[in-house]
Amino acid sequence: MAVAFDEMNGPGGDLRPAYRELSRWLKETPPDALEYRRQEAELLFRRIGITFAVYGDAEAQERLIPFDVIPRIMSAKEWTTLEKGLKQRVRALNMFLRDIYHGRDILRANLIPDDLIFQNPVFRPEMNGQNVPHDVYVHIAGIDIVRVDADNFIVLEDNARTPSGVSYMLENREIMMRLFPDLFARHRVAPVERYPDELLAALRSVAPLSASAEPTVALMTPGVYNSAYYEHSFLADKLGIELVEGRDLIVKNDEVFMRTTEGLKRVDVIYRRVDDDFLDPLTFRPDSALGVPGLMSAYAAGNITLANAVGTGIADDKAIYSYMPEIVKFYLGEEPILKNVPTWRCREPKDLSYVLDNLSDLVVKEVHGSGGYGMLIGPAATKATIEAFRDKLKREPEGFIAQPTLALSTCPTCTSSGLAPRHVDLRPFVLTGSKHVTIVPGGLTRVALKEGSLVVNSSQGGGTKDTWILDE
Amino acid sequence: MLSRTAENLYWLARYVERAEYIARTIDATLRVTALPTAYIGKTNEWESALLTAGVSSSFYETYQEATEQNVVEYLAFSPANPSSIKNCIEAARLNSRSVRTALTSEMWDTINSAWIELQEVWGKGTSSREELARFLRFVQETSLRFDGSAYRTMLRNDAYWFSRLGLHLERADNTARILDVKYHVLLPEEEHVGGPLDYYQWTSILRSVSALTAYHWVYRETLKPWLIADLLILNDTLPRSLASCYSNLVRNLDQIGVAYGRQGASQRHARGVRNRLEHSHMDDIFQHGVHEFIQEFIADNSRLGEIITRQYLI
Repeated sequence: MAVAFDEMNGPGGDLRPAYRELSRWLKETPPDALEYRRQEAELLFRRIGITFAVYGDAEAQERLIPFDVIPRIMSAKEWTTLEKGLKQRVRALNMFLRDIYHGRDILRANLIPDDLIFQNPVFRPEMNGQNVPHDVYVHIAGIDIVRVDADNFIVLEDNARTPSGVSYMLENREIMMRLFPDLFARHRVAPVERYPDELLAALRSVAPLSASAEPTVALMTPGVYNSAYYEHSFLADKLGIELVEGRDLIVKNDEVFMRTTEGLKRVDVIYRRVDDDFLDPLTFRPDSALGVPGLMSAYAAGNITLANAVGTGIADDKAIYSYMPEIVKFYLGEEPILKNVPTWRCREPKDLSYVLDNLSDLVVKEVHGSGGYGMLIGPAATKATIEAFRDKLKREPEGFIAQPTLALSTCPTCTSSGLAPRHVDLRPFVLTGSKHVTIVPGGLTRVALKEGSLVVNSSQGGGTKDTWILDE
Repeated sequence: MLSRTAENLYWLARYVERAEYIARTIDATLRVTALPTAYIGKTNEWESALLTAGVSSSFYETYQEATEQNVVEYLAFSPANPSSIKNCIEAARLNSRSVRTALTSEMWDTINSAWIELQEVWGKGTSSREELARFLRFVQETSLRFDGSAYRTMLRNDAYWFSRLGLHLERADNTARILDVKYHVLLPEEEHVGGPLDYYQWTSILRSVSALTAYHWVYRETLKPWLIADLLILNDTLPRSLASCYSNLVRNLDQIGVAYGRQGASQRHARGVRNRLEHSHMDDIFQHGVHEFIQEFIADNSRLGEIITRQYLI
């Protein structure tokens, strides 16, 4: 594996311009002052209750995601390219979804094998031919980006279902501003605080035709025990909308209402953080108590907008991911601005045999997995693990893709032995309303806290950083 | 507002109020039991503490005997007792999480910090009276901070009024409960009235509802049972009296009624109870029977809870 590109020190250890002030500040600041601020940040996070739950982890039902006080900084120029690429990608994602559930031009053009869609468990036949308001499917996308060198940002994953993490982007900034006012005074950091306003505007813009001029938006959560519950309540609060659970909603005559102290009140747009499977026990899993019976029929009647739409999972599937460059070209007639990671589709015999021959150099992922579960990181795995994976791959090749281990960029991070480079990724949040695609400058930087580790997922012990886009 | 949000706010306030009341009960009991037997006789004050907390029967499912250690453990820390202070704080925190959007950050901070302290400092209970005293102070301060932050930071809208409803309903229940358990010491039976036993029992009643100083301000007399009853039942100026709780319940229900443009069964019922309190005199209550009066009140109060639930919370 090549030596990783360091965001601060660049190739050959030359300080990169965006980090000039930070570097100067770090030299002036005694290490114990940094450590003191770090502890203070942790205390703040705990008191505010910014926690997440880890499933199957009874010991620590609510955990803090470690926060690193050293910001990750990008120049305005870098961001501009990234922003263009993200908007392009999300436009294509939306067109792809519309097409898959309607005319299926892309299948007729033989660009994607049919079975990849129709045999896919996240494909929703219920959505065939169904129109969604304003043809927007992915209202909120979280696109995971890694950087491999000075010029190249690469998309690792498109999260088109219910991407989380935006509350950390916002809270990290709040806490940084509180703890390091001096550092902010030396920089011009583009603000991210507009995000809730933009999200609400986007959600209101996609209200169904039958909604009133002032559409009612609600955020739907599976409840307090969900791992991202903090984020759900945080966002509902910032947006000034009700945080509802399935039991708060009722469907009457194909309209959705919430139970309020003043009786039933119609809801027009639901920003739902509940997976497809649990939305409506009459359509999906009948054993689920999280959803609302009849919700899908109100959806079909065009009386409710669900954000994101039902069935968007097909666009963030890892098997479809490898076709994204073709998807962008097909719908927009443009060259994709953001690259994909080279990906071997294990379903294709030629790719499979390459993957089997090179397992110890590759990262192998489950097509439908998420959160860093069930993956093989070849270079870090034991022989036994690799052999176990080889069997799995042979048994069910279509369930996996493989990618080279990327040299993710690193960023200076506080560790027990002082500042040290740690690998980072970036999840910007892209909003699509009826007219515009928007992104607030920044996103959630996740950092692998263990030395050498490439796994940044919070469920696997990763941390987060504030992301600064310098406004030049 | 979502019905569930209103319900959570209502119960959140009840749990915080209940935690404080249990803490006060333990505190008052400790003071009485610390007196020499010559003053308090051989009564078991811990049994009476269980009764005023309303958990006597469930207690005896686990324990044989009401000792200081058992009762404190059960009232303060036991996971098996749904009304233990620990459970109240945990339930309050869970409710707070599910209605965070309706709480101000100060209120959330109070509950969340209390919950963190409960886990970290009081996870193993207390092992000495000094520790217990610190714990009880912590509980009372939590409730004061919570109440204070609600009072100082919440918008005066339905969220505020529903939480006040929970508070006053719970408070009325607590005051009525302690009167119900101790009513016999308030009865004017000539043979032992005014003895040291009664005197300290009366003190402990007043302490449980933090009204000992208030008593002296209002009546400027030594403790007399009918005045104590008058203060706790009919005196509108004492925040924990039944009369005061009902003034507040009626007012908050009216505010909701006005805001929603609609009155209902809960407004009518609360007004009925308040009117009865307003037009009662202590003489009549003693004539009629303090016990009967209180029993009726407790039933009326819990009926109000049911009506509010039906009208707004489900």
